[in-house]
Amino acid sequence: MQRLLCGLAGCALTLLLGGAVADAEDTVKIGLIMPYSGQFADTSAQMDNGIKLYVKQHGDKAGNAKIELIRKDTGGIAPDVAKRLAQEVIVRDHADLLGGFVLTPNTLAAADVSAEAKKFMVVMNAATSIITTKSPYIARASVTTPQLNHTLGTWAAKNGIKRIYTMVSDYGPGIDAETWLHKGFKDGGGEIVGSVRFPVVNPDFSAFVQRAKDSNPDAIYIWVPGGAQPAAVGKALAERGIDTSKTKVLGQDVLSAETALKSMGDAALGIITVAYYDYNLDSPMNKAFVKAYNDEFHRNPDFFAVGGYDGMHLIYSVLQKTGGKTDGDSLIAAAKGMAWDSPRGPMSIDAETRDVVQTVHVFKVDKVGGELRNVEIDKVLNVKDPGHMTQ
Amino acid sequence: MPPIFGVLFDGVAYGTLLFLLSVGLSVTLGMMNFINLAHCSFAMLGGYVTVTLMNGLGWAFFATLPAAFIAAAAASVGLERVFFRRFYNASDLEQCLLTIGIVFVSIAAAAYIYGTDQQPVQLPAFLRGSIQFAGLNFAAYRLFLIAVAVLITVVLVATLETTRFGAQVRAAVNNQRMARGLGIDVDTLFAITFALGSGLAGLGGALAIDLVGLDPSFAFTYLIYVLIVVSVGGLGSIGGSFAAAMLLGVGDIAGKYYVPAIGSILIYLVMTVLIMLRPTGIFGRR
Amino acid sequence: MTGATIAEPREYLQAQMRWRWGEIAFWLATLLPFVITPDYLLLASQIAIAGLFVLSLDLILGFAGIVSLGHAAYFGIGAYTAGLLSKWGWGEPLSGLLLAACAAGAFGYLTSFIISRFRHLPLIMITLGIGLLLQEAANSASWLTGGFDGLQGIHTWPIAGRFRFDLYGYAAYAYALTVLFVIFLGARLLIHSPFGLALRGIRDNSLRMRAIGAPTHAHIRTIFTIAAMFAGIAGAILAQTTETVSLEVLGFQRSADVLVMLILGGTGRLYGGLLGAIVYMVARDQFSGLNPQYWYFWIGLLLIAVVVIVPNGLLGGLSLLTRRARAAPP
Repeated sequence: MQRLLCGLAGCALTLLLGGAVADAEDTVKIGLIMPYSGQFADTSAQMDNGIKLYVKQHGDKAGNAKIELIRKDTGGIAPDVAKRLAQEVIVRDHADLLGGFVLTPNTLAAADVSAEAKKFMVVMNAATSIITTKSPYIARASVTTPQLNHTLGTWAAKNGIKRIYTMVSDYGPGIDAETWLHKGFKDGGGEIVGSVRFPVVNPDFSAFVQRAKDSNPDAIYIWVPGGAQPAAVGKALAERGIDTSKTKVLGQDVLSAETALKSMGDAALGIITVAYYDYNLDSPMNKAFVKAYNDEFHRNPDFFAVGGYDGMHLIYSVLQKTGGKTDGDSLIAAAKGMAWDSPRGPMSIDAETRDVVQTVHVFKVDKVGGELRNVEIDKVLNVKDPGHMTQ
Repeated sequence: MPPIFGVLFDGVAYGTLLFLLSVGLSVTLGMMNFINLAHCSFAMLGGYVTVTLMNGLGWAFFATLPAAFIAAAAASVGLERVFFRRFYNASDLEQCLLTIGIVFVSIAAAAYIYGTDQQPVQLPAFLRGSIQFAGLNFAAYRLFLIAVAVLITVVLVATLETTRFGAQVRAAVNNQRMARGLGIDVDTLFAITFALGSGLAGLGGALAIDLVGLDPSFAFTYLIYVLIVVSVGGLGSIGGSFAAAMLLGVGDIAGKYYVPAIGSILIYLVMTVLIMLRPTGIFGRR
Repeated sequence: MTGATIAEPREYLQAQMRWRWGEIAFWLATLLPFVITPDYLLLASQIAIAGLFVLSLDLILGFAGIVSLGHAAYFGIGAYTAGLLSKWGWGEPLSGLLLAACAAGAFGYLTSFIISRFRHLPLIMITLGIGLLLQEAANSASWLTGGFDGLQGIHTWPIAGRFRFDLYGYAAYAYALTVLFVIFLGARLLIHSPFGLALRGIRDNSLRMRAIGAPTHAHIRTIFTIAAMFAGIAGAILAQTTETVSLEVLGFQRSADVLVMLILGGTGRLYGGLLGAIVYMVARDQFSGLNPQYWYFWIGLLLIAVVVIVPNGLLGGLSLLTRRARAAPP
């Protein structure tokens, strides 16, 4: 009887251990946590497409390890769900590292899990500065809001804009954008003639644009989240008679995204935006990327897609560098200082802050071949996140 | 002219849109006490019909408006026959939940068929841009909206006040039991009114695209505004809906212009206070 | 004569209070996840939290007839109170719960004066309005609430100094389940008391209750305050076990979800709410794995099906079946 029990226990133990050992040698499991359903579903679709394209182009093996993707849906802004999914994917599904992350509140919650479980985590979109400070195992492959807006502010001050009126959505990312734009602009010698924050759910911008117009600035800066708002902004601008050659309109990438331009129509001509990626970037690598993306998914990539693409590149690269080791310490050490060429331009992971360092582009909306496109008019190389510098 | 007139104009235009979206719900709620939270799903349907006809089949914008009306009205007749009829005497809660279920299904269906993006429509050229008058910009599309709303209001009021059908509707809203007792076929009356109300919502949805955009979450987002208009205006009252819609539209825009810091809270605060002071609405009965 | 007429209601209540086999089986079954599905303990703790929240809504909706579209307001207040307390340095869970209950209860008491005066559509709109106002206020006060990014810096101390809330969820589920059970016992006592009977009278015909002299407004205020406290406790447990709080705890989505869970299970039965919470949360967890975008389609169909086929919820349907089975001739 005793021998039987020992035998059974031994078998069970071997199976368990064997399973675990088999996992570590053969497969590397990546837990992808994104809002696949709900109002942010489309952004996740794009990011997931970027990930799929990278795997298709480079195969599902990184060095010796076979890559397995486990997808988890947070359903939208739900930090408690995101945290639970991160915990479950590590405990239940034995994920070795985490990826994805579109929304800041969810990312911050999952960061706690990354720190506690000591798992490497790649942020592929969320743009708030403090994210990388929440866990020593986080590397970011997307962008930070200060990176874009501080650069725009400095650029505007240098390019003939003396007075600016800013309008942003009254929540985290919008307020962040406002803070850093003001900083960059004031440091460059410009004057903020007025600023307003509008409610997050805001169907009608005419009143706000009127106020902006009344204060007679050289430029109006607008920050809204994607969805219905860029189109509504464009309409308000047209209705209030804002002439972009006299009063410049400045914004962040979302304002001139492809769907936004389609909705705004010709009202969007002349809008200047700052972005880390647009599918119109004129480089051979980007042209190949856009073609491959279109062939596979029949639409153009956007910065969500390139975040997913570059995030996967980072993951593959660190796995190759560590020779298949998947513990958090090895992977993050490998990630620090890693540099490569991406469809967006050259980029690298800062060795100290583990945040992304990249080229920030300035675009203007123009008619190219009868269609509205973003045309690059300027760029700033090797921009680090200024948000970290003040700490 | 001081900017306040521009703000008032914009507010009135926004208010007329809300009126078109809400008037149907107000009358049917007043008549049958049936809480139809799926009202804005009909509006959304109208919007998507316009988008499909214009972008997919190349129809002119004006031609799609009657189509939106008819499509929403037809859908409401179908739903009324199959589901709603059995729940006229059910509890508030059951009606809420049944119709919320329909809203969920409609949002998911819209997302499935059209995707979650904004739907752009290209208006005819004379409706775009604005007209300069006395130093202010009056958006052409908003003028159009106001014109349409005034026309519809006149037709509605004329129907209610001068036709036999209108008299029957008023009777049924006032006292359903008595109306039945007098031999008025309240059920058919309600079906017709419901179809008309939903059709108007569909028209409102089609007209809303250029003002506030269209995506699958429209059914929920505007439901809240419509409920505010209906409760503040009073059930069963066209005048009440009009007044409440104007109040909401102007208040929203004026609030955002003059005190943007609390602009969003203003609507909910005003609504809550008004309902507390007059639970049956400004023009409500009982 | 006096003795007979008082004894009957008392006996009725005492009979209701007796524990049935089904109930004991249910509570024993809640211990199963520890043994059978230890990987799902975090989900189980979320279900327990949802169950407590639904229970609080059942008290006002199922037993007092108050339809509320803004019940998440009290959940959110409890969550933020516990979160802020922890952020400011005091992370002890049980005292955090108590404070959250007081804060939510206080707000519930204040709003109950408004709530008790209205019914039907105006009531629904007012509860909606209060919820929306509170969420906007929380967004504006981002210096306090952390705004869109959520409250940062929450760190819950181990319970009784020993059991830490970790990755695996044992402590989280044990904590949530225990609190749920204790409060459930309290609610059960409340429902099967003369006060509970009065509430049911108010729900069914408040005019008649007033005619026989019952202080309906005071009763509604009392139950509303108690329900607000329970909702606040649920929110606090969420904040403490997940160490996250963001604006959506106050949101309309949460208020709508809890209403759906309650209707699904069946109102006015206490266990209905718990059953609804279990079914809804498990279904959502499974569905979002399969086909996340269209989750709303299925839940909408489910809702319609419940209202059309089993208007008293799943539990109502079950009891109907068992009654028919019992009544069927041998």
